[in-house]
Formats: sequence, C-alpha cells, structure tokens
Amino acid sequence: MSLVFTGICSHAPGITGRADMADPKLRDPLYDAYAGMREQLHASRPDALIVVAAEHFANFFMSNMPSFAIGMGEHYEGPIEDPDWLGIARTSIPGNPQLSKRLIHEVMQTVDVAYAEEWKFDHGIMVPLRFLTPDYQLPIIPANINCQGPPLAPLHRAWAFGEALRRAADSVPERIAIVGTGGISHWPATPDSGKINEAWDRKLLDQWQRNDKSALLSYSDLETYRDAGQGGFEIRTFICVAAAARGRGHIQHYAPIPIFAVGCTVATMDIAA
Amino acid sequence: MSLYQLQKFLYELNRDPRVQEDYRADRLGTVSRYDLTAEERDALVNGDVGHVYVLGANGQLLMHFAALLGIAWPDYIRTMREGVKKYGPVRDGIYTMTTQMNEKVAGL
Repeated sequence: MSLVFTGICSHAPGITGRADMADPKLRDPLYDAYAGMREQLHASRPDALIVVAAEHFANFFMSNMPSFAIGMGEHYEGPIEDPDWLGIARTSIPGNPQLSKRLIHEVMQTVDVAYAEEWKFDHGIMVPLRFLTPDYQLPIIPANINCQGPPLAPLHRAWAFGEALRRAADSVPERIAIVGTGGISHWPATPDSGKINEAWDRKLLDQWQRNDKSALLSYSDLETYRDAGQGGFEIRTFICVAAAARGRGHIQHYAPIPIFAVGCTVATMDIAA
Repeated sequence: MSLYQLQKFLYELNRDPRVQEDYRADRLGTVSRYDLTAEERDALVNGDVGHVYVLGANGQLLMHFAALLGIAWPDYIRTMREGVKKYGPVRDGIYTMTTQMNEKVAGL
C-alpha cells in the first residue's frame, strides 16, 4: 500500500547491556518512550518493518564495504554479540525475501544498493527490536548505511537512499514501516564513552524535526568527527528517515545517559505526500 | 602498521565461533594466519586490549574482543586508558581518545 510509519531511535548496546548500571530515573523514561513508539508502530498495522541501521562489522567489513545494503533473507539471527553482554537472548527473526526483492528492485532505480540473503543482526537492530517488536513476529527488512569504515557515502546520498526507500515502500501493496537507528553525538567504545555533546544533538534534532534538508545535509564529516565523535557519523540513518517521511518530526524523548554512551532518542515523523 | 589485518582478525573472531575456539586453544597459531607486525601479533597474543586500542582498532570490534576475554565494561574503559598511558596516543583509525586521563565521563 504505502509507507505507514516512520521514526528514529537510539540503538546503543548499553541501553540493554548496562541497564542495571543506569539510574532508573534516567533509564525508565527512555524505556517508556520506546514502549510508546511500539504502540504507535503497531497501531499503523505494518506488514513489515524496514530498520535502517548503521551496523558495526557484524556482516560488512573493509574487504568489501557497501555504502548501502538491504537484506533479503528468509530469516535473520541475532544478536551476533554475546547475549549476556548485550542483555538480549539470541533468536531468529522473520524476513520476507519476496518483499525485499521488490523493494530492492525499486531502490536500485536510483541507488546502487547491495543486497544480502544472509545477515546477522547486531545491537544496531536488536536493541530497537527488543523494545519495538519484543515477540519478534513482525517481518524485518534490514537496511544498512556504512557509518563505520571510511570513506563514507556523503550525506546527500543517505538522503537519496531515504527517497528511494520511500518510492519503494509506496510501490508495494504491503504496509511498510521504517525506523532509523543510530546515535547523534557519541564516542562509543573508547575511554570517552559517555561523552555527549548535548547542544549539538539538540541542534540536529531541531533540524530533523523541521525536516530541514539543507541544514541536515550541511555537516561535513570533519566537523561531525570533531563535534560529535565517530558515533556522529550515524546521523546518516536519521537523515535517511527524514527523506523517506518528508514530514515534520516529533521528539518523544531525548536525554543524555552517559552510561548508555549516547543522548537517548525516540522520535516519530509524520508521513507527508 | 597493518591495521586492516589486525581488524580483520577481530572481525573474524567476533563473527566465527570456530575462530574463537582456535584463539582459545592456540593464540599464536591463530593470529599468525594474519599478516601482522610483530607488535600487533604480540598485542593480540597477550590479549592486551589497551595495546590493541592504541594500534588503532575500531572500538566496535575491540569491545567484543574485550568481552570475549571476560573483561567487564568498567575494566574495558580503564584498560584503554592504561594502554594510552603505556603506549602513547592512538596511532590510527577513528577511535582516538579525546578525554583526559582522569576525566571518567560516565563515572567509570
């Protein structure tokens, strides 16, 4: 039918893996916001959820790194990380290869996307699913933007990927939801872990909320690295969702939680014609 | 420096339970399959996470190496700082340390 739901959220592994180390006063409102997003997602009655993630060398490596990739597996396994480390049990998640192929075909009209029939989900997808589809019944179509191994596709190509996903979603009879996952400013897995540039985050979220394309595409990777850390490269997933939705965003939750190593974000976006 | 090979080992170790078994049974034999410098090889054989960090390993790979070695999160953070103290600033990659040695941004 068309695109029926769009949103963004954080995917930091600490959100589940270090849950016990967090102040409940910070943690619980975030979990509540994920629950609210889960309700909105399911109220839109999606047939499948495209998760636009920024994976972390679970599947893709510098031996052959695609800028953009979409899964077309029958099912996916995750998490690839140690389940105890991540705080999420290993499970099998349904895909929909036939739907994936039709979506990929349409995306390929404008973006040279790679495809993968095999895909292991890491925290970039598993943490959001743990909250959004905890019974793992909804078919998932993973999409990846390389945000880890430079050279990275420029932001305007992340925007083009989002436009292509929108066109693809609108071209199939199924009801499609899209959720982008990533961090804003963060310095994960380094001694800096927990450093968060809140002012930078809030500025970017304001631009995202207004769906201000030229502002969103104005960041250079050099500036992002300086002001928002290597984790900041993941703004590509948020930019992609803005391009797909075309509407106005609604920030449901934003709060820096240092032990989770990121400004924890949950937001939805109106789908505009 | 052969950061690509160092990271390729970590990538394959993180993904493949057979490589994990190999590494547990014979660290030197397993890492010798990769085209590493002597320093890189020693850091991996010793499971010296702080040293591997300084050599430039991407944190998304390194944090799982630490978990595999049974290093808890607070110790992982501490070990990287100690690596910088001992071996100097991070030499390559995009995961350099930008905080001060005693900054402890997340209280760790």
